[in-house]
Amino acid sequence: MSNHITPAVNDQAFYLTEEHHVENGTMLGFWIYLMSDCLIFACLFAMFGVLGGNYAAGPGPKDLFDLDLVAVNTTMLLLSSITYGFAMLEMARNRKGATLAWLAITGCFGLAFVGIELTEFHHMIAEGAGPQRSAFLSSFFTLVGTHGLHVSFGILWLITLMVQLTQRGFTVEMRRRLNCLSLFWHFLDLIWIGVFTFVYLMGVLR
Amino acid sequence: MSAASDTHHDDHDHAVDHRIVHGHDDHGEGMPHVTFKGYMTGFILSVILTAIPFWLVMGRVLPSAKVTIFIVLAFAVVQMLVHMVYFLHLDTRSEGGWNMLALIFTLVLVVITLSGSLWVMYHMNVNMMPMTAQDMRNMP
Repeated sequence: MSNHITPAVNDQAFYLTEEHHVENGTMLGFWIYLMSDCLIFACLFAMFGVLGGNYAAGPGPKDLFDLDLVAVNTTMLLLSSITYGFAMLEMARNRKGATLAWLAITGCFGLAFVGIELTEFHHMIAEGAGPQRSAFLSSFFTLVGTHGLHVSFGILWLITLMVQLTQRGFTVEMRRRLNCLSLFWHFLDLIWIGVFTFVYLMGVLR
Repeated sequence: MSAASDTHHDDHDHAVDHRIVHGHDDHGEGMPHVTFKGYMTGFILSVILTAIPFWLVMGRVLPSAKVTIFIVLAFAVVQMLVHMVYFLHLDTRSEGGWNMLALIFTLVLVVITLSGSLWVMYHMNVNMMPMTAQDMRNMP
């Protein structure tokens, strides 16, 4: 009997030390979520790559895309990225007011981005180039719309964190949450690089 | 110019101080070490890497569309790398290398998905039986 007990106790001790080794997996878990999101976008990009040339005798990218507007939109998102970076720098210095101010500016740039995108969608749909017009437009609205939806939810998340930061200040949890949103926000900017290159620039060249 | 470099040195020192002071209470959080210099480098590189492709396409700088597409794609890949390094603070050591491992795995899947779909569907299109307008009208 005693022969059996001793190894069991040793096993327990072994597992306990391993368990203690993992201190907090939130950042890694969030990163893995982002990677799964990346796969969703990869599928949507593949879909656009396959269907992007099927206009069904409807309007093509050259008729629909206004590159000046896309350039402005890209600028908005890039500026929101750097202002979020400034918010993170202020957080490192424990300055709550400045962090909140930079987060608010980031939110405004994000809203401008979503606003411009919605205007573009509205124009296209009003011209009869809605998602049901052709396979090209279906895949376009799905890909760009999914990205826009991500940005919209990012803005909601940003507002939530601003309220929480006002109430609670810089706790360890708040720092972790702001770091997660930082990853999310910069990741969306990264996806947008793919969108403006693959959809808009290459669409006009096609 | 000198004022700008002064501020960044200042920022850097602050960031280092903060890490030393708070080193023990938020340990194991995997918080990245952020610097003003890092963000600005990333931002300026991104602006350049975004402006050139837009200029190439909008100004019709190159006569060949194919060459332009290749250049634009190359710029996109470089800019994505810039974002990962300077904004997402990704390196081989974060989270004990697991971040990088997950990224590499994802990139393999992304490449298979994209290249596989495009390759297969392109050849499906090319090898379809040619169809006349008459055949098209009689389709079920």
